[in-house]
Amino acid sequence: MARKLPAKDVVIIGLGWTGSILAKELTDAGLQVVAVERGPWRDTATDFSTAYVQDELRYRIRHDLFLRPAQDTLTFRNNARQTALPMRSFSSFMLGNGVGGAGIHWNAESFRFLESDFVLRSHLTERYGAKMIPENMTIQDWGITYADLEPYYTKFECMAGTSGTAGNIKGTKQPGGNPFEGPRSAPYPTPAQAQPYGPALWAKAAKELGYSPFPQPSGNLSQAYTNTYGIEMGPCTYCGFCEWFGCGNYSKSSPQVCILPALVRSQNFVVQTNCEVTRVNLDNTGKKATGVTYVDASGEEWEQPADIVLVCAFMMFNVRMLLNSGIGKAYDPVTNDGVVGRNFSYQTWSTVTGLFDNQNFNPFVSSGAIGYCIDDFNGDNFDHSKLGFFGGGYLGANMTNGRPLQASARVPKGTPNWGAAWKKAVADNYLSSYEFNQHGSCYSYRTNHLDLDPTYKDRFGRPLMRMNFDFDQNELRMAGYLTDRMAEIVQKMGAREIQKYPRTGPYNVSQYQTSHTCGGAVMGTDPKTSVVNKYLQSWDVPNVFVVGASAFPQNAGYNPTGTVGALAYWAADAIRTQYIRNPGPLVPV
Amino acid sequence: MTTYPSANGVSRRALLAGTAAALIWTTVSRARTVTGKLPWEANAGEPPQLVHPGPWVFFSPEEGASIEAIVDRLIPPDAQFAGGKDAGCAVFIDTQLAGPYGSSEGLYMRPPFLAPTPQQGDQNPNTPAQQYQRGLAALDAYVKKAFVGKTFRELTEEQQDTLLKGLETGRVQIDGVNGSVFFALVLKDTKEGFFSDPVYGGNRDMVSWRMIGFPGARYDYSDWISRHNERYPLPPVSIGGRVDWTRKG
Repeated sequence: MARKLPAKDVVIIGLGWTGSILAKELTDAGLQVVAVERGPWRDTATDFSTAYVQDELRYRIRHDLFLRPAQDTLTFRNNARQTALPMRSFSSFMLGNGVGGAGIHWNAESFRFLESDFVLRSHLTERYGAKMIPENMTIQDWGITYADLEPYYTKFECMAGTSGTAGNIKGTKQPGGNPFEGPRSAPYPTPAQAQPYGPALWAKAAKELGYSPFPQPSGNLSQAYTNTYGIEMGPCTYCGFCEWFGCGNYSKSSPQVCILPALVRSQNFVVQTNCEVTRVNLDNTGKKATGVTYVDASGEEWEQPADIVLVCAFMMFNVRMLLNSGIGKAYDPVTNDGVVGRNFSYQTWSTVTGLFDNQNFNPFVSSGAIGYCIDDFNGDNFDHSKLGFFGGGYLGANMTNGRPLQASARVPKGTPNWGAAWKKAVADNYLSSYEFNQHGSCYSYRTNHLDLDPTYKDRFGRPLMRMNFDFDQNELRMAGYLTDRMAEIVQKMGAREIQKYPRTGPYNVSQYQTSHTCGGAVMGTDPKTSVVNKYLQSWDVPNVFVVGASAFPQNAGYNPTGTVGALAYWAADAIRTQYIRNPGPLVPV
Repeated sequence: MTTYPSANGVSRRALLAGTAAALIWTTVSRARTVTGKLPWEANAGEPPQLVHPGPWVFFSPEEGASIEAIVDRLIPPDAQFAGGKDAGCAVFIDTQLAGPYGSSEGLYMRPPFLAPTPQQGDQNPNTPAQQYQRGLAALDAYVKKAFVGKTFRELTEEQQDTLLKGLETGRVQIDGVNGSVFFALVLKDTKEGFFSDPVYGGNRDMVSWRMIGFPGARYDYSDWISRHNERYPLPPVSIGGRVDWTRKG
């Protein structure tokens, strides 16, 4: 029997990026907030010592900062004819664990999505006709526009200190920035990072081919910055141990660096760590949440009553929390009925490796969000009428590191995997090779979805989340097209050898290909095709908000965190200015 | 001699981690309430423990000798740079197998273990420690039979290479063990030992980092970000420092 705790105004499940943003905004509004986080407390000063944090084995290979599969994992199958099997270790994507969540170990690529991304179905229908959209492609509009979200993107960037070069300020194109981006109300809070040799050489080649390279918007800061909460951040030192690692310099945007020092000072805020929420509790009508139940590290069960429940875990676990709590109807791909688990998407990530003569890229001098990109082949910035696919992605020279285990894979084609020839090839190519990337979109399909596994259970006996996913031909054609365009730029740079690695099917769970899983509890205007309304409020249980990439109806050709952060501020604002005054559905059903 | 403050927390963690573990994984996962201020305590971090050369902690002497011979063929010595054996790859694997890696700690090990599609990832119910014990025993039996009583390390380099190639490609079958899976495991671990920080027992004298030109556990390249196509001038450094930083003798 769970022991009941005193009621709070708000309980937050998970204290990563979205939980921290909402906690800060709502404690500032005077609400009593408790966050329940299943992983440990972590902080820069105590956990990310610059004396030993640069450890490839511990963090990159042994996954020191990540969720342990023994604690929780998911099962996977490509299609309904197969039996899903558990991910016994994580490879394809990495799930955060503990305070800060994935905001600790991300690269800090801080993009905004394109204006057309938010109205994808209407945009493609208008430009190409409804018949051009494949029947099984379940893409939809978000229910909000870029213009709606713009102030909240700005809010996120001003909190995170994002470094970049604006391409469009209030409709006026800016030199050196991304000409395809939506209008910004303000420049980036800090200028773009300095660039190493590889990206500089690539940008020159891209420009010569007629493209418009711009510096990748980066949460690795180019200079010291004091953010909107009065917290001081330090400049990035280009250490090359960014993504998969915690930052010891206070220079990577993260909840630890940008929010928690201000948040924990609030007397309205408490976080319980190493405590895992097992379900959201509903009253007997099933239309009102009464709080959450969680289990602490000693196995004791607690009930935390609250007026508002914010589901802010990683998207996978947001979806599972809804399914395990009976909030919203589970999606059935056979009948095409229900919504929870529907429109699960990912990222279609491809690479090109270039080997060069007489070049020294010093690959270890880098940051997590370094480099130049082009958006000429992102979203619908290029004509798709004769291509046989929709979508796109940014192309970039964004190599983040020279960590030896990763870098030792960059050898000429035909090199053996071991022995004297392998050893020599690694020695010869380490400094003079570069890996480029094509960060492709991933649209939604009827059969790509999340549900509960019938066999495998977690440590509490709850069914694991089951991921049903494969790449559609649309995505694979897009990946091939983008990879060919990238190879042309690398050719222009003068590479001796070019290796093309377009994403191929079937989707393979043992190959790392970004941690950008999306959807499953998507936002929209129609309760029949969305789990939450445009304010990320549950259609079914209005005092529950589900915040994160779980709300993306499909994924764009960008890293998701900038948009996730903007959505968190957008939802926080709706709760502060509308919901608190008048609790109930913010959008009539 | 390294001197740590003898705070209770430090010695308790050291005790929990055990002497053989290469990394301190045993995160004390008590529930914790944080409110009012950022918690801070001295020496709360968990630096890696330096692996000291010494007797095998996981392998038997025979197993250790076979692994040393194998890693020296996977990464052979050359005129400039040590091979897998002198780089300490076997020492690295030995300590890793004795620690949490060897016992699959933290992985999802609940049954049923079913045969996966090629897309579904590893479903091996055996831990790395078990795979090494069985793999080395099967290899030993194979060699004794095929080469009349010899052990792997007694073979010529050519014979060793042919045998390893056979395991890799599946041409050589060893009893009760999937040879190519075992080979892939040993190759992965050998490369990890060769390239990881020397604190874990491999990459001795930062040999692989000197070989490729990686400056190691440095943390600030602000002065080099805008110096394009110029060789970085400083030698590598490990988390544990450099040999020439410590007193000889």
